[in-house]
Amino acid sequence: MESRFVRVAVRIGAGLTLAFLYVPLVIVVIYAFNKSVSGDWPPQLFTLKWFSVAWQDATLKGALRTSIVAAIFATSIALVLGTLASHAVHKFAFFGRDAVSFILVLPIALPGIVTALALSSAVESSRTSIGLTFGLTAIILGHATFCVVVVYNNVIARLRRTPGSLTEASMDLGGDGPTTFRRISLPNMRTALIAGALLAFGLSFDEIVVTKYLAGTVETLPLWIYGNIQRPFDRPIVNVVAVVVLLLSIIPIYIAQRLTGSAQGIASAEAEEAGPG
Amino acid sequence: MATTNVAPRSARRPFTRRASAFLFRHRGAQLTFTLGPTLTWMVVIYLFSLVVLLISSFWTLNPLTAQVEHTWSFKNYQTILHESVYWRVTFRTVVLAAAVTVTDVLLAFPLAYYAARMASPRIRNLLLFAVVMPLWANYLVKVFAWKTMLATGGPVDAFLGSFGIHGWPGTSIYSLWLVLSYIWLPYVILPILAAFERVPSSYLEASGDLGARAGRTFRKVVMPLVLPGVVAASIFSFSLTLGDYLAAPLVSKTLVLGNLIDQLAGGTANNKPLAAALSTIPLAIMAIYLLIARAMHAFEAL
Repeated sequence: MESRFVRVAVRIGAGLTLAFLYVPLVIVVIYAFNKSVSGDWPPQLFTLKWFSVAWQDATLKGALRTSIVAAIFATSIALVLGTLASHAVHKFAFFGRDAVSFILVLPIALPGIVTALALSSAVESSRTSIGLTFGLTAIILGHATFCVVVVYNNVIARLRRTPGSLTEASMDLGGDGPTTFRRISLPNMRTALIAGALLAFGLSFDEIVVTKYLAGTVETLPLWIYGNIQRPFDRPIVNVVAVVVLLLSIIPIYIAQRLTGSAQGIASAEAEEAGPG
Repeated sequence: MATTNVAPRSARRPFTRRASAFLFRHRGAQLTFTLGPTLTWMVVIYLFSLVVLLISSFWTLNPLTAQVEHTWSFKNYQTILHESVYWRVTFRTVVLAAAVTVTDVLLAFPLAYYAARMASPRIRNLLLFAVVMPLWANYLVKVFAWKTMLATGGPVDAFLGSFGIHGWPGTSIYSLWLVLSYIWLPYVILPILAAFERVPSSYLEASGDLGARAGRTFRKVVMPLVLPGVVAASIFSFSLTLGDYLAAPLVSKTLVLGNLIDQLAGGTANNKPLAAALSTIPLAIMAIYLLIARAMHAFEAL
């Protein structure tokens, strides 16, 4: 339907948008090899010095370790809860079924500061009753809460594409619940579970808006970046860390895309995902 | 006669088998087992938190002792109604959220249209990945990228300087507009791309056959069909801008609603009840926004 003029205009517009998305990222990668501490353009290339400086930073390594531990625990919890909930919603018609996905998406659909403040108020008010304090446990509980929806979306998308006759056949042939789950359901969901887990891990690993309100004195990698981003003399180290984090986030996305067959799987997991990170 | 006694046999069966048979026969138990843990988790941790937040907005901070007093009052809400600063910042934040949303929709349209309707399947998948990748890139890395871009003497400054333009956008609210538009852009592109893909080609051909030119077909056929997708996309950019408190102090000198809440909740003010009351403003705005979005069938486009 498009005229030649429209086609050319759309192409140019699409190219400009793509450039807008990638120019800042490319600039950051270039600046990581800058000899100078200042951010003046053009950068003085080329050095790997800042990578080794960052590598020797003990607080940075500590923050990285905390982030990984938090992400592993949050992802594990989200995997169990997300998978169970997706089965319930897929298999049963019950009162309030539509509300389930709504509740799951709420922690990331609401404005970030609201979720952050709500969770921190809850931790504060439960300190006297159950002794929960700000720190790693609070971070894991918070992260798991908004990671559930990522796993849930991936698994339920897979379940909807899988015919129920497979599990019925297994049952008819004498497979009990656990056997059917192990031999039929699990292999079928495997890639969806891995993709969901990778995305949940990435979400937790990058999160700062809520984490900042739950961490207390504990430092995660994003909190480390946040603490150092304002200091002009630490600019090169932050830059190097930024590039490494950028590369680390591409790999899981790439694997997840391969596993779910298309980026749409990630996109749909992300479609309701409104949390920055 | 081989009459098998059911009870002893089932007792001999392994526990897992009995448990799964029980779950299979008792749908209610199965539902409880699968849904129970997740629902309990979400209610105990998240809904409980929201309730605590709402309740605490009716408490007050004693200015002398700096202690939170657990007595019910509307004092915080009265403070918000009477102090013009809250209104000014709310207005500024809503305008910013609207500007970011419009910018992102305009930027998203050509790319989404190209990927959905003009590109080959291979290019389409590449473009999809190209949009998803920056979406999952770390939030602070994206902020840092723009801090680098916009620094005095940095790339943007040098580029504009070669045209004789100096000092734009500096630390003005335009920096914040640019950075937030950048960070939320992938969230906006994806639903619009999906909306373009759902437009049946036959509709466009029919419109053309009936004599409509490209512009008219776009206005009368394509736009009404992708509008729910655009509204769905705008939920992200709007809600995310309303809830953001980290980007503003990093790239500009202008404060937004999230910063007011953040400053009240911590630091020297440490007035959590007032912060809680103030956080009902973005909550209420989003509730209204979501109701309008639902009326426009945007949820089906998610």
